Amino acid sequence: MVTADKDAQLLQMSGIVKHFPGAKALDGVDLDIRAGEVHCLLGQNGAGKSTLIKVLAGVHQPNEGQISWRGEPTAISSTMDALRLGIATMYQELDVVDGLTVAENIFLGHELATGGVLHRRETQTKAQELLNRLGHPEIPPHRPVGQLPAAGKQVVSMARALSYDAQLIIMDEPSAVLDPEEVDNLFRVVDSLTAQGVAVVYISHRLEEIRRIGDRITVLKDGRTVATGLSAAETPTSELISLMTGREVVTDFGGTSNGPVSEEPVLQVEDLAVAGVFELVSFSLRPGEILGLAGLVGAGRSEILEAVYGARRRTSGTVRLNGRALRAGSVTHAVNSGIGLAPEERKSQGLLLDQPIYRNITLSAFARFARGLLLNEGAERSAARQKAQALNLSPPHVDRQIRTLSGGNQQKAMLARWLVHGCQVLLLDEPTRGVDVGARADIYRLIRELARQGTAVLLVSSEIEEVLGLADRVLVVADGAVVHQGPAAEIDEHRVLDLVMEGTTA
Amino acid sequence: MSTEETQHQDTAPGPAAEASVDRDLSPESTSTAPTAAKTRLSLGHSLGLVLALVALIVIGIITGGDRFMSVDNLMVILRQAAVVGVLSIGATFVITSGGIDLSVGSVMGLATVWASTLGTQALANDVHWTVMVLTALAVGAGCGIINGIIIAYGRVAAFIATLAMLVAARGFAEIISGRQTQIVNVPDFLSTFRGEVLGIPNIVWIFIFVAAAGWFLLNRTTFGRRTIAIGGNPEAARLAGIKVQRYRVKVFALAGLCAGIGAVMMLSRTTAGSSNHGYLIELDVIAAVVIGGTLLAGGRGTIVGTVIGVLIFAVLTNIFVQNNLDQSVQALATGAIIVVAVLLQQRFARDGRT
Repeated sequence: MVTADKDAQLLQMSGIVKHFPGAKALDGVDLDIRAGEVHCLLGQNGAGKSTLIKVLAGVHQPNEGQISWRGEPTAISSTMDALRLGIATMYQELDVVDGLTVAENIFLGHELATGGVLHRRETQTKAQELLNRLGHPEIPPHRPVGQLPAAGKQVVSMARALSYDAQLIIMDEPSAVLDPEEVDNLFRVVDSLTAQGVAVVYISHRLEEIRRIGDRITVLKDGRTVATGLSAAETPTSELISLMTGREVVTDFGGTSNGPVSEEPVLQVEDLAVAGVFELVSFSLRPGEILGLAGLVGAGRSEILEAVYGARRRTSGTVRLNGRALRAGSVTHAVNSGIGLAPEERKSQGLLLDQPIYRNITLSAFARFARGLLLNEGAERSAARQKAQALNLSPPHVDRQIRTLSGGNQQKAMLARWLVHGCQVLLLDEPTRGVDVGARADIYRLIRELARQGTAVLLVSSEIEEVLGLADRVLVVADGAVVHQGPAAEIDEHRVLDLVMEGTTA
Repeated sequence: MSTEETQHQDTAPGPAAEASVDRDLSPESTSTAPTAAKTRLSLGHSLGLVLALVALIVIGIITGGDRFMSVDNLMVILRQAAVVGVLSIGATFVITSGGIDLSVGSVMGLATVWASTLGTQALANDVHWTVMVLTALAVGAGCGIINGIIIAYGRVAAFIATLAMLVAARGFAEIISGRQTQIVNVPDFLSTFRGEVLGIPNIVWIFIFVAAAGWFLLNRTTFGRRTIAIGGNPEAARLAGIKVQRYRVKVFALAGLCAGIGAVMMLSRTTAGSSNHGYLIELDVIAAVVIGGTLLAGGRGTIVGTVIGVLIFAVLTNIFVQNNLDQSVQALATGAIIVVAVLLQQRFARDGRT
């Protein structure tokens, strides 16, 4: 591998425009990348980051604009082209094939083979080397990827990008499913890559990561480059955020809490357990109260929510709503009794992506609008439209496919579903994952408003700041057990982290 | 990849349990892995199939005694299995890639007709008997390529495209043959394929060879690997630089080629070409592939499973014939066996994992 001169011009894009039917995704993007740098791409959801990297990866062809690679004008007309140039991409959606093994996934599309016949042993050893390099020697190369947790799939995706011997690696929110240690590992790998002259385009919503490894920053807004070549270390956060949003933003969790509106608990969970996942969790929730579940990814937070909701069968304990016990493992019973869940994986667990927005919003309540056996779509539409307006859903056309919405707006539609349904207890699993700053504030406000109206909210989030900012009370979970329970005002981020870390080493 | 493939397919991450991330990434630590059962063939899975086959053989011995176990009868079973078997190998690839091919039976019928027209036979007698073979293979592969192009580039669902081919190929075969059975009069052709080596009929050898080649192709080559990837996650395959649509065409062409091979076997076994050959055989083929353990949704395929699936049905048919039982009862039993086999498989697959 030729090691490129550090700081030499590697890739230059200018005036890139990309239309999709009915939308202009990119409207004049300029980007230049030097060998050996970590170039961070910042922008809200819908700013065009995903489209831009798909142009780079050869998935989309731009309608206008020039791309030059090492000073030579070039066209990237297929994914093969991009890989051949030396551009490898780690996508945000885990782009792996569950039925193939780790090693097979890593070398998919560029298998080690002679005349079409695979070299199986070499594939295994090469894969193992890559995994070792990523600090994950414990992942067996022969294991089907379907058996790995999400973070493991992410590692496989990284190993694949490395396997191309690329000159430019695009990482689209690689840290979203990783724990702090894994992020450290990732950064070590990024450091060693850049030392060899490989350039990395790094996309993340987490500013502190960008400060840690970034060299330069390009900010996108509404499909345009609004700033480029900013110093990652020195540009103030407020400046970055105002570039992204076009306005000054301070983290606002929708004002202060009013606390519970009644002392009589609406949800009582006693000694809830799912064997092998979490044990003996007890808590209660009052109307209008927001209870936050903090803990590391994998500590059992989502599973607690799922067990309350009935999506995961509890092995012991009781869940009572207004004093009446809920049947174990029955989502129908939970929903009919007035519990709603906005799941962690919106796309796969929450939404009918190819259906219009209004049908997604009325999914759990459409029967209510029906006249006998006949659906009343007009009534569904107007109910959905009303909630969409109240939630500031954009675009506000409820007949559009929900697939076309940004993450934040999909989440709003998810919440609108439960507003239409009407529930007493709302379970929110990572409500702001993949949601940009602007839409976040809307969602925070909405959660507050719901609480004010008496809905009890159980919130899971990986962002401790979010839990502490929103919740009245906090439950800290570590390794499947509750290690702390108390008012949010009496605990800070440091203490939560302490508890979480202790829990895992115990 | 000149056509811009801007299909937005979200690669949905697996179900809930997967979405949670364990701190330790080694697979042993995954609490529950519902998709794990679907990922690879476990030993338990093949074992279940083998047990089912053995059970059927035992039933055959009990009801038929020596007659069932005779070498002659064994060859009858194998000869019967051979044609369905070859088609099933092709179908295994199609189904693994996430497609379905309903047309293999009628394409085989068309190939037998085309390869046995007076003109083709005359040419075969004048030049070489392989003219017939090449005609059959070309017709089969050609139909497969047409299927593939319509599906991959016309973006027509495989079910619809091959349903159209099923009807059209049968009609075309009837036009060519005038609905007449065309007797094969090419002695060299018949002697070649009706012969036997080491006591095993040549058409059985063809099945063995095709199955072995299919196994190698699926498990040991880039073609097979990419077929699995396309069936498992087409978007991931595309992002990995695989020309997904081109592979779809190749896979359907392969199934068509297998139909062509099946036509050659059929011509030699029945010594005639007919537009009725292969009538409804696609159902036997799909049933054999699916009970063998290939995932109908794509992303997992097994040649060994398919072969055992084919043998299970062949033995079953044989038992019914040997005991002079009603065909209708046989159909009923076949339906029941499909359901039970698939249920058992799922059970075995689950147990093999937890």
